Amino acid sequence: MEKLIIKLQDINTWLDQIIEKVPRVIAPIKYGQKAEFALIKNATDVHYDSQTTISSVKSAAFPSTETLFAYAKNGPDTKLYNVAEENFVNTVIWRARPCDAIAFKPMTKIFNSDYQDELYNKRYEKITLVTFACNKADEFCFCTSTGGGPGSIENSDAMVTVIDKEKALVEVFTEKGQQLIDLAKELFEKADESIDKDAVLAKIPQKFTKEQIHDHIQNAFKSSIWKAQSERCLGCGACAYVCPVCTCFDIQEDSHGNQGRRIRCWDSCGFQLYTQHTSGYNPRPNQAARWRQRILHKFLYMPDRLNIYGCTGCGRCSRACPVDMNIVEHLTSIANSIHE
Amino acid sequence: MIEQNNNNFEPRIIAFVCNWCTYAGADLAGTSRIKYASNVDIVRFPCTGRIDFMLLLKAFAKGADGIIVSGCHPNDCHYTSGNFHARRRWMVFRDMLNFLGIDVERIRWSWVSAAEGAKWADVVNKTVHKIREMGPYTEYKKAAMFLEKEKISYE
Amino acid sequence: MSKISEKAAALLQEGAIKMIIGYEQGTEHPRPIFCHTPEDCKKLIFNDQCKNNLAVYLTKKEIVDNDKIGVIGNFYVVKTVIQLFLENQIHLDHFLIMTVDEAGDIITFGNIDEMKQYVASHEPPANPTVLAAIEKIDKMSREERWAYWKTELSKCIRCYACRAACPLCYCNRCITDVNCPQWLEPWSAPLSNIEWQINRIMHMSGRCVGCGECAAACPLELPIGLLTKKMGMDIKDSFGEWKDGNVLSTYKVGDKENFIH
Repeated sequence: MEKLIIKLQDINTWLDQIIEKVPRVIAPIKYGQKAEFALIKNATDVHYDSQTTISSVKSAAFPSTETLFAYAKNGPDTKLYNVAEENFVNTVIWRARPCDAIAFKPMTKIFNSDYQDELYNKRYEKITLVTFACNKADEFCFCTSTGGGPGSIENSDAMVTVIDKEKALVEVFTEKGQQLIDLAKELFEKADESIDKDAVLAKIPQKFTKEQIHDHIQNAFKSSIWKAQSERCLGCGACAYVCPVCTCFDIQEDSHGNQGRRIRCWDSCGFQLYTQHTSGYNPRPNQAARWRQRILHKFLYMPDRLNIYGCTGCGRCSRACPVDMNIVEHLTSIANSIHE
Repeated sequence: MIEQNNNNFEPRIIAFVCNWCTYAGADLAGTSRIKYASNVDIVRFPCTGRIDFMLLLKAFAKGADGIIVSGCHPNDCHYTSGNFHARRRWMVFRDMLNFLGIDVERIRWSWVSAAEGAKWADVVNKTVHKIREMGPYTEYKKAAMFLEKEKISYE
Repeated sequence: MSKISEKAAALLQEGAIKMIIGYEQGTEHPRPIFCHTPEDCKKLIFNDQCKNNLAVYLTKKEIVDNDKIGVIGNFYVVKTVIQLFLENQIHLDHFLIMTVDEAGDIITFGNIDEMKQYVASHEPPANPTVLAAIEKIDKMSREERWAYWKTELSKCIRCYACRAACPLCYCNRCITDVNCPQWLEPWSAPLSNIEWQINRIMHMSGRCVGCGECAAACPLELPIGLLTKKMGMDIKDSFGEWKDGNVLSTYKVGDKENFIH
C-alpha cells in the first residue's frame, strides 16, 4: 500500500486528468440542499462539502433499469441478442464514501453466489473506486457498528483523506488505483510518518456489535418486536432503492409484438406484492413480516449463508424514510432487547 | 411554430371514437363516398366514457403524431351519461398534460353524431392538416425510446 | 404529561379505545406513533411540524380490525377521514377522530358533520413557495415545460413512496402492478416516470386533500407536490369548491370546456 500526499488545490487537476482519460466518471454533485451521484464532465462539478448522497452509487454496477437480452421472432425461430460490449465502459467512482465502497463486496457476492451474473460482473470489473474518508458524519451514520468506519479502506482502489486546509493523504491499494495516480504522477509526493489519518476522521460512536444483533435475532422469528417496530412503515421501496447493498430486482418484458427486450429493474422486499404468489397466497402478508425479513436478511441470513454482511451503516435508508424508520434506533433496540 | 417542410412526412393519427355516434358518423362518411385523409386509424369503443386516458399516452408512445377523441354530443349519449363523465375526465386530463408540457394541440376532441358524416371527414382533414404542419411528435417518441440507449449486438 | 398525553392515556385506560395513533418526536422531524399503553402516550406531541397523514393507516387491514382506534391527527388527517368515509373505505364507528387546537386542547369529533364543519373553517393557507413554483412553470413555453418535467422526473426511481404515503392510494393492487395489460412500464425511465405521475394525478383528481405528503415522502425531493396542487387548483376552477370530492364520478350537464368542438 502506497501512502502519498497531494495538495488540496491539485485534487481537481488530478480529477480533470481522470475525466479526460476515463469515459465515465461518477461523483457527488449538488442536489438542492443535499447531494446525489451523477456523471461529471468537469472537476468543479463535484460537491466536496456534502457529507453523503441521497442514493447510493450501486447503479454504476447494478442500474435501476437494464436490458438482459433482446429477442426477435421470425416465424418458428426466435433469435436472442446480447447486450453489446460497448455498454460496459471504464468507470471511476470519485468521492465514494467508505460505506459505499464496502457495499460492493456483498453485492458482488450475491451476484455470484449461485449464478455468475455476467452483466453485473462486466460492469463491476470496469469500476475503480476512489473513496474519500469521512471528516464528518451525522446522527444517521453507524458504520462503526457494522464492521466499517469513516476511514475504512476495505474494497477501495484508492482513498483520499483530507488532512488539513492544504493537503490530503492518498492511499493506493490496487493496480487500478495506481493507474489513476499515474495519470498525474507529478502532483503526488510520498507521505511522511507524521500524517495522522485517524485524527481527522469523523467520530462515530459504536452503538452495537454485529454479534449482538446476530445473537438477538437468530431466535426472534416469532417475536412481537417486528410488529412493534414496523407499525408505521408504509411499505414503499425508498429504503431498498437508496441502499448500497440491496439487490432485489424484478424481471419484466418490454415487448413489441414479435420483438422486444427482457428488462431487469429494481424491486423491494418491502412492497406488499413482492412475495405475492399467483395463487393469491402471500407468505409475508403484513408489514411486520416484511420488516422482519429485511432485518433478518441483512443481519442474519447473509452473514450465515454467504459469509458477508448485508449492511454498511451508511444510514441512507433512515434519511430517505418518509416515516423515520431509523434503522440505528431499531437495531439498538434489538441489541438491548430481552430474548423472547 | 416553425413550419416543418418535411415533404415525406405523413402524420399518423389514432382516433378513439364511440360506437354509436362517431363511428356511425364515420361509416356514413364512407357510404356517402366523402373523400377524406386516410392517415387515421380508428379504435372503436362502446362509449367515450370507456376511453382510458392512458390509451392516449400509449398512442403517442407507440408513434402516433396526433390523436382524435370523438363521441356523442352531450345529452345524446347512448348510455345516457358516459360522455358527461368523459368530458370531465378530459378537462382534468388536458390541463394536466398541458402543465407537463405534452402537446395538447395534437389531440383533437370533438362531438360527432351518427348523422354528421361530413363533420367527421372535416375533423379528420383538419387534424391531419394541422399535424402535418406541426410535424412528427419526435420529442415524445424520443422519450419513449429510453431503452434503446443500451445497445444490442445484433449478430 | 402534556394535555394530549393525559387525554390519550385516559382514553386507553377507559378501555373503549384499544390504540391511539398520533405523532411523536422523531430523529429530525415528528413521525407517527402507535400508542398501545398509557405509558406509550407520554411520547405524544402535536405541533405544526407534525405533517405525516396518519389516515394512511386507517385503510390497512393489519392495523385496523374490529377494535376502536383513536387518531390524534392534523387538519389534513380530518379532511382525509371525511374523504375515506365518502368513498366507503372506513367504518366511522371504528374510530375516534381527534385533532388539537392552537391552545393544545384536544378537539373530539362526534360525527362526520362536525368534521366537515371543522374542515370548512380551518383550511390552512396555500404554501406561497408552491404557488410561486407553479406560476413559474405556467409561464414557461410548452417546450420548456416538457424539458423541465422530463429532467425532473427522469430522476424518479419508482420507489412509490409518494403512493405509499398517500392515504387515498389504498388499492390492494395498484395499476403499476397490473401487467395484463401493462398500463405502465414498471421500470424507471423518463417517459414511464411521467406516465406514472399522470396516472397518479388522474386517479387522485378530486380526491386529493392537499396534505403534500407525496412530495414530502419523495426521497429525491422531486416537485410532484406541484402536480397535485396544480390539479387541485384546476379542478376548483373548472368544477367549484371541494364538496364531496367525487369530481370524476359525477358530472353536471352544464360542465363547460373550450376544447371539444
